[in-house]
Amino acid sequence: MKLLGCMMSSIPGVRPGSLLLVLLLAALSHCVAASEAPSFEQALGALATSNFKQKERAAGELVGVRHANTRAVLDALLEGNLYYRKADKRVFIAVTQEAGLELRDALTLQSAGTADAADFSKITTNNQLRKTLRSALASFDLTDPDAQVRLGAVNEMLRSLDADSVSILRARERDEKDESVRQAIRTGLAIADLNHEDAARRLSAVEQLKGSLNPEVFNRLTALVSTSDDGSYTEPDAKVRSAARAALAGIENSRSFYSMLETLFFGLSLGSVLVLAAIGLAITFGVMGVINMAHGELMMLGAYTTYVVQLIMPQHIGASVLVAIPVAFVVAGGVGVLIERGVVRFLYGRPLETLLATFGVSLVLQQIVRDIFTANNRPVETPSWMSGSLQINEAFSITYNRLYVVLFMLIVFVILQWVLKKTSLGLKVRAVAQNRAMAKSMGVRTEWVDALTFGLGSGIAGVAGVALSQLTNVGPNLGQAYIIDSFMVVVFGGVGNLWGTLIGGMSLGVVNQFLEPHAGAVLAKILVLIALILFIQRRPRGLFPQLGRAAEG
Amino acid sequence: MQTSASSNLWTRLIAGERGTQVFLALLLTVGVAVPILHLAFPEGSSLHLSTYTVTLIGKYMTYALLAIAVDLVWGYCGILSLGHAAFFALGGYAMGMYLMRQIGTRGVYGDLVLPDFMVFLNWKELPWFWYGFDMFWFAAVMVVIVPGLLALAFGWLAFRSRVTGVYLSIITQALTYALMLAFFRNDMGFGGNNGLTDFKEIVGADINASGTRVALFLASALALALGYLACRYITLSRAGRVVQAIRDAESRTRFIGYRVESYKLWVFAFSAVLAGIAGALYVPQVGIINPSEFQPINSIEVVIWVAVGGRGTLYGAVAGAVLVNYAKTYFTAALPELWLYALGTMFVIVTLFLPRGVVGLADRLTPRQRVEQAVTA
Repeated sequence: MKLLGCMMSSIPGVRPGSLLLVLLLAALSHCVAASEAPSFEQALGALATSNFKQKERAAGELVGVRHANTRAVLDALLEGNLYYRKADKRVFIAVTQEAGLELRDALTLQSAGTADAADFSKITTNNQLRKTLRSALASFDLTDPDAQVRLGAVNEMLRSLDADSVSILRARERDEKDESVRQAIRTGLAIADLNHEDAARRLSAVEQLKGSLNPEVFNRLTALVSTSDDGSYTEPDAKVRSAARAALAGIENSRSFYSMLETLFFGLSLGSVLVLAAIGLAITFGVMGVINMAHGELMMLGAYTTYVVQLIMPQHIGASVLVAIPVAFVVAGGVGVLIERGVVRFLYGRPLETLLATFGVSLVLQQIVRDIFTANNRPVETPSWMSGSLQINEAFSITYNRLYVVLFMLIVFVILQWVLKKTSLGLKVRAVAQNRAMAKSMGVRTEWVDALTFGLGSGIAGVAGVALSQLTNVGPNLGQAYIIDSFMVVVFGGVGNLWGTLIGGMSLGVVNQFLEPHAGAVLAKILVLIALILFIQRRPRGLFPQLGRAAEG
Repeated sequence: MQTSASSNLWTRLIAGERGTQVFLALLLTVGVAVPILHLAFPEGSSLHLSTYTVTLIGKYMTYALLAIAVDLVWGYCGILSLGHAAFFALGGYAMGMYLMRQIGTRGVYGDLVLPDFMVFLNWKELPWFWYGFDMFWFAAVMVVIVPGLLALAFGWLAFRSRVTGVYLSIITQALTYALMLAFFRNDMGFGGNNGLTDFKEIVGADINASGTRVALFLASALALALGYLACRYITLSRAGRVVQAIRDAESRTRFIGYRVESYKLWVFAFSAVLAGIAGALYVPQVGIINPSEFQPINSIEVVIWVAVGGRGTLYGAVAGAVLVNYAKTYFTAALPELWLYALGTMFVIVTLFLPRGVVGLADRLTPRQRVEQAVTA
């Protein structure tokens, strides 16, 4: 408290009024803590006993005070990790280590060092106590102010329903305000009703469970219509059985619908990766007629840039990816301009030679990376805001990293379109792409445009590398794995405009994902390649060919 | 050269070009000297050539044959194939399958019919596409037919729809990439990841005996000489002239009335067959064939051999194949980490500064007089 006051007064420019307000708030929160802490402390202290009755009461009090640490303490008690010091009966959460007990103060959850196990006594549990604890924990979560926590608790209880949990749920159903939690509770009660002796009650339970996508519901209904070893049904009533079958069919239908949605989404995210990888290639190829075989290695550079940025700012992994995007653009773009100035510009009009020379560059880049970072894969961390998934319903969830890749691709696409359509550089780039000689005679510095275009395409490759670093292993061969796929996208989409790349990449990604479950990953890829070779028969210049006289040259 | 129809084929093929003469003379020397040095001198003698060296030179010869095949399509027809290693590997697999069947009961599992990896995968009978490979003649026919047919089918699809330039290069690369993925699969029935290896004998002879190695070496030298002469014959023929016209101006050749697709298709298929034969000779000498032979980088490396040597000359391709592979053997043993730098820089330098390769460089360095003489002669 004093410390806070000191800190406040030491900050210049804080008006006395606001200081007073801060102090008042601080005092208030202290009052709240003071009124609560003793009872939590008392309940905790009461646990340090060998009497199970007393422990049970203490556990109930712990739940009653709703302290922030209640959960941690009770979990530790359930797992047998709760100890008290014999000397002063102070309670600790402890894990057995080789050196003794690694302690955390149960009151504050702060680390309390390591100590000799002989000075401590484990707070033991018996069956009765564990049972009480479990339902105490469940009802603790069920009364949590956060609806998401309550939902999680209900779903946890659905997995192992017994008479106790059913009665807890039943009691909770009346008080529950949140609709989704109430729905989950009703599902739980209906599952419990499936075992009811009254067939009518079972039938109505089945009816109620019809649309539920909860995996537990599916399991229970499947069990209902299955036969046991002697050929008799688990469910004696034929009416209930047929209702259950109908419900199962419905569930399976919506399940397969959602799994199709999921495949579609996977395909779109894979497609986004392909588009990101191919779009820079499409620019350099479309504008300059140059195949850049080092494109994959530029992506690899982008991925390694992410790694280096994370090494530089290990405290801010969340922001590192965002920082890495412009850095990777500059690094890869710079290398791209170097390649253009050093090699490619001497080879214009000789596309096959360019292909070979840039392939040589790609080998050198790979080896440089191998020499600097070794040939092993480098660990690139995923920021917390990119991990986890968005749960749409029980059968369909979207992982955040895939979602962000799709969004990121769209942003890059829009920015590129804007650059090409609305800026003066874009105008020049398109002019050179359509008719180099004419653009030159109109005063466009084609050499300069070439270098910038190549740099732009390479920079996009670097940015794609940042995205890839979040999805695959970052190693020296990262580029090689994607280069053929991105060429396929360019060949499929054509180089006329970026929409070709977008549609090409997306459809290749989706087709690949839909083929995969039927044909296996490798065969799916082969089939796509064959289909592509056949597609070129119909449209040798891709979906969106570059039109005009210059294109035929 | 076309002064009389009765002009001797021999002089037509050889007399016209100095490079060809040098190449054939060298090949003959090596072909005679290597077996003698290996067989006539006892081990330990300073003149003795080890079996390893004989096999190494034999391997280079199969590479040279592959390089000639690529030069024929790239240097003379302008088709940059980034998938020729696929044909090479297919020929190799056909030979490998024959060698696998020859193992018989000497395999680890001792099954008379099934190769070890099939027993390992719990297969009960031989897949249909392995039938006949116990006979050498059948395998030899397949070495020619499989790459040839694949090239015909692929080329027919590609050339008919006028896929040219980099587009063609990339779909040839996709072809070899797809084949690589396919051959990596265990259930394809070609040994998956491990490929085919542990060969015991070829047409009844122990595959590791030095006599067999010399025979394989001689076969490679002969194949190289014949392949070279065949390519040279093609390039000098009327059809060969059309092919070169296609390289220089495809549309113009089409407008004159030639069926450009057919010419390209047959040259491409013939080249694939040569690559297949090279692969078939390569496999018994190195003793293994696995899907990594299909790697796109292998095909691109072949192209760089040709580029280093000098494309459009055939003997340049041979020179390039031997030079680059000798450098590779040396580097990967002495300075393995430098090999990729060397290879990469080679790609860049050759394309930038040596568009006609070492052969072109040699031409430039020869005294101008001789060139003038040749022109006036």
